[in-house]
Amino acid sequence: MSAVAAARSPRMNARTWDRVLIYGSAILLALWVLVPFYLIFLSAFSRPNDVFTYPKPLLPTDLSTETMQTFLGSTGVFASVINSVVVAVLTIVISLAFGAPAGYALARFTFRGRQAVQLVVLATKMFPVAILSIPLAVAFLRLGLYDNVLGVALVHSAMALPFVVLVTAGVFAGVSNELEEAAMTLGCSRLTAFLRVALPLALPGLAAAAIFTFVISWNEVFASSILTLRQRTLPALVLFALQQSPLYFKFAGGFFMVMPAIVFIFFMRRYLLNLWGGR
Amino acid sequence: MAGIRIQTIVKSFGKTMALKDISLEVKDGEFLVLLGPSGCGKTTLLRCIAGLETVDSGRILIGDRDVTDLAPRHRNIAMVFQSYAVFPHMTVRSNIGFGLRMKRVPKPDIERRVREGAALLSLEPFLDRYPAQLSGGQRQRVAVARALVMDAPVLLMDEPLSNLDALLRLQARADLKRLHREVKRTTVYVTHDQVEAMSMGDRIAVMREGAIEQCEPPMQLYTNPASQFVGGFIGSPPMNFLKGRTRGGVFEGDGFRLPLDGGEGAPGRAPLRVEDGRELLLGIRAEQIRFGDGGIPARVQVVEPLGPTALVTVLVGAAPVKVEAPVTTPVRPDQSVSLAFDSANIRWMDASTGAALAR
Repeated sequence: MSAVAAARSPRMNARTWDRVLIYGSAILLALWVLVPFYLIFLSAFSRPNDVFTYPKPLLPTDLSTETMQTFLGSTGVFASVINSVVVAVLTIVISLAFGAPAGYALARFTFRGRQAVQLVVLATKMFPVAILSIPLAVAFLRLGLYDNVLGVALVHSAMALPFVVLVTAGVFAGVSNELEEAAMTLGCSRLTAFLRVALPLALPGLAAAAIFTFVISWNEVFASSILTLRQRTLPALVLFALQQSPLYFKFAGGFFMVMPAIVFIFFMRRYLLNLWGGR
Repeated sequence: MAGIRIQTIVKSFGKTMALKDISLEVKDGEFLVLLGPSGCGKTTLLRCIAGLETVDSGRILIGDRDVTDLAPRHRNIAMVFQSYAVFPHMTVRSNIGFGLRMKRVPKPDIERRVREGAALLSLEPFLDRYPAQLSGGQRQRVAVARALVMDAPVLLMDEPLSNLDALLRLQARADLKRLHREVKRTTVYVTHDQVEAMSMGDRIAVMREGAIEQCEPPMQLYTNPASQFVGGFIGSPPMNFLKGRTRGGVFEGDGFRLPLDGGEGAPGRAPLRVEDGRELLLGIRAEQIRFGDGGIPARVQVVEPLGPTALVTVLVGAAPVKVEAPVTTPVRPDQSVSLAFDSANIRWMDASTGAALAR
């Protein structure tokens, strides 16, 4: 008995150590991400003047929505939120409309230059928006897209497209071609086979791609700042207002901007894990 | 009901010729097996019949209709895939009824036919489950039921049993054979498993490198292979081959001489008329070799008891020969023995081409 226990205990120890290590690193990583969030949250929901108190109370003893109200009430914030949402939705629509078929083609068909297409799609990421911005601004002025949500959405789509193409290619590659072929032998055309079988199965992955696109657009600040004057998106407005605004205003803006990303990631967690092969 | 006529079809993928001028006729209600090693083109041929691949040239007729340029859904076929291709986002019920819904069959009819199909494959208890909740065998049956309820005159199956474990495969094999007898659809069945082919097919088309090597009922393939390849592919163990030359009425090879005219008084032997000195292959099945006196000298290498019989590997010269003998046969490794061939069952092949000589 005791011999068995003795033989077992070192292994148990090793396993416990493994656990400690894994959970320890997980907690550390989580704190790394969560603590800044928490501090932003604290500052955003305290009275404007409390932002400067030191040492900071780590517990939310004195919550107030005053700061947030000031932020949301200031000129342009509401309009820019609407702009941001409109731009993000347009970006999702445009980039999925063009990216998903491209991804499907990359996943399903072997055609001449397939590798090249994959590379070129990524290569568009090599051009910094900073370099493109001046010609873009000029072009948009000529086309009448300057200071226009559609213009910003187009630029955001261009930025999101490589990502959407590659992710949807992965998603569709995960849907067996035999399923679509089976549907075709069962009375479907290529299109109905896609709509009835491949699309429903790819939906979670496509949703994840859409969410990511939303976050890309929601957070994008450079192009939005260059290409708009009055039709600011939220990040552009916050950036513009940053120099002049007091610290508590920045915290409120930061909190407001980070929230959608967190909420969406939270809901999409399952699909994201699926996307990356986890469970 | 409809037969299938395949006329001189050619299919290539880039520079590889997958199908080289194939012609084949499948009779109405027949169970035809396409058998061959991987890469021989059997699945490509099946997919061409299904319309999932387009042919480069040649025609395919189902019944009297030329379907060569039709989409799969217009060909009146149903297909069972190797991976089953059961739709994971649908219940068993919707899976089986999928094709009927696509064909806009009235709802009550769909329900009835789904129930019948499920009953045929003992799937009634699982109708409301999702594929992920089924075992491999059950999923395979869903795929078969889904194809059967289409009432298509032609049923195509692409290695439907290859993903099942051995025991289940035996069961499913018998089930499929019974189903075929009941529904009498014209069936084309692809497999690389010769036992499966032998036990199920009305006829077997043995394929090799994009061509049909021989297409005949199983036992004729077994006893009378058209080539060394067929003899070596069909049967377990495969046919034995001994290489040699004829010289003055005697077949001579490494370590043996076999008189061609009579020998040990075998009745019914067709005399082999070939020019002297031609290099030939002698093909003979393991069960048609006996241990006896005055035959071909050999040395026992391995004895494998298999129950009622034992598989004995002997060396004739340096060539291994498998002999199937009663398990009681007193042979031991390293023993010198003498082999008598049942000469009526000897098959002669050309040594360079492997093609059987006309008898």
